[in-house]
Amino acid sequence: MATRVPGPLTRPSEAATGPVATVDGLTRRFGERTVLDRLDLEIGRGEFIALLGRSGSGKSTLLRALAGLDSEAEGGLSVTGSVAVAFQEPRLVPWKRVHANITLGLAVPDPKEKADAALAEVGLTERAGAWPLTLSGGEAQRASLARALVREPDLLLLDEPFSALDALTRITIHQLVLQLWSVHRPAVLLVTHDVDEALLLADRVLVLDRGRIAHESDVPAPRPRHRDHPDLTSLRTTLLAALGVSPEGTT
Amino acid sequence: MSVLELDTPVRAEPHPGARIRRRRLPGKAWQRWISPLVLVLAWQIASTTGLLPTRLLAAPSTIAATAVDLVQAGTLPTAIAVSLQRVLIGFTAGAIAGVGLALVAGLSRKGENAVDPIMQMLRALPFFGLIPLFILWFGIGEAPKVLLVALAVSFPLYLNTFAGIRGVDGKLAEVARTVGLGRTQLIRHIVLPGALPQTLVGLRQSLGVAWLALIVAEQVNANAGLGYMINDAREFLRTDVIVVGLLVYSALGLLTDALVRLLERRALTWRREFLAR
Repeated sequence: MATRVPGPLTRPSEAATGPVATVDGLTRRFGERTVLDRLDLEIGRGEFIALLGRSGSGKSTLLRALAGLDSEAEGGLSVTGSVAVAFQEPRLVPWKRVHANITLGLAVPDPKEKADAALAEVGLTERAGAWPLTLSGGEAQRASLARALVREPDLLLLDEPFSALDALTRITIHQLVLQLWSVHRPAVLLVTHDVDEALLLADRVLVLDRGRIAHESDVPAPRPRHRDHPDLTSLRTTLLAALGVSPEGTT
Repeated sequence: MSVLELDTPVRAEPHPGARIRRRRLPGKAWQRWISPLVLVLAWQIASTTGLLPTRLLAAPSTIAATAVDLVQAGTLPTAIAVSLQRVLIGFTAGAIAGVGLALVAGLSRKGENAVDPIMQMLRALPFFGLIPLFILWFGIGEAPKVLLVALAVSFPLYLNTFAGIRGVDGKLAEVARTVGLGRTQLIRHIVLPGALPQTLVGLRQSLGVAWLALIVAEQVNANAGLGYMINDAREFLRTDVIVVGLLVYSALGLLTDALVRLLERRALTWRREFLAR
């Protein structure tokens, strides 16, 4: 089993309370194809994990299992605490205004105030009354993040939420995610196929291959990180090699 | 699918938003009135000169005068009231049945297995061909007329609502699960609103066939209503009254269609603002 090394920013008190999610020998088959093969994983409280992998490596399948959206995965899976998900497409409900999307299914006494606070945090206050179809891609993804955060999750699952954004918007949303994470400290599992994104954001980077965790690296560099930080450069080479790509051929 | 069809201007009939007509024909709308007016004028001349005998088709001026007479005598308002009542009762019954069955079939596999095969079988029946059976079963009073309307209305609403429910984005259903909505809340917040656009398409179709079914039903031994007025006029070769009746039918059809459009605009604001951008 992968031994968890707390990231440099994980507070000791949180680390002491045990993992927020434990995956123990998880297997998922689609017909003949085994997508997850006896996978083990522990996600510590407040830890930011990036899950890298090629298409079809099982990244999203693992995330869906953790989100409780897959009832057919076999093996051990336990999540202590609440889970929230932000998907690749923002998946806002088009017939509910933005604030109603944020409070969807939210069982608190003051949903309106919570929504206002969450929208303020992601910088969408003035779009609270808008219909989702009128939002830009970046705005919609912010709203999706607000909908996840308003639930104050112990585990935040991000399924490639930045991949459909343009490069400039992606940079702003990266900053936003880091900022929200440092304030609320949920554990984060970010599924991505972008090595740079993983290195920029995560405490720990996992590479998934053929349904198992093939590689694991801690990212010790302090935040805010710069792409050209020497530690990151060598890590990038290692991770790309783990993904089966030679860096010279890709840049 | 049908999502974009709804707000696309298909017909140039009176529409609450003049915006659409303006966009299509900037400043030239009056030109579209020329050919219809020429046609009516030619018709009037043909009637006046005796080229078009009154026993085949009355002159437009006669038709207009007859319409005024029929309104003043109370014949037309009474006939309209009777016909409207038939459509209203038939439509309500058919809509309840159609949407109700669509909910049963759309919301569960068991329901689908129970309801859908029967509906698909019945749908294949030519329902105007059922009139002889309806007369045998229900006589020649109000019941067969109302039931024919109800039957005609229920199918478009069933098919569209069912398709609407099944067409709801599964990804939104997943969102509902991740935010902890239960089945009832899922239906209320995601499934029913998601099916609404398609249901409204069904509503428009069903209102169209409702009037059609009424016209056919009213040919059968009616003793009141627009159909009766038309049939009675045929006996006396009153082509003017027949044309007035037909015009009223189409006006009522357009009116109900306009009502549904109004309903659509109110119910689907979330989509309209997007399309208007």
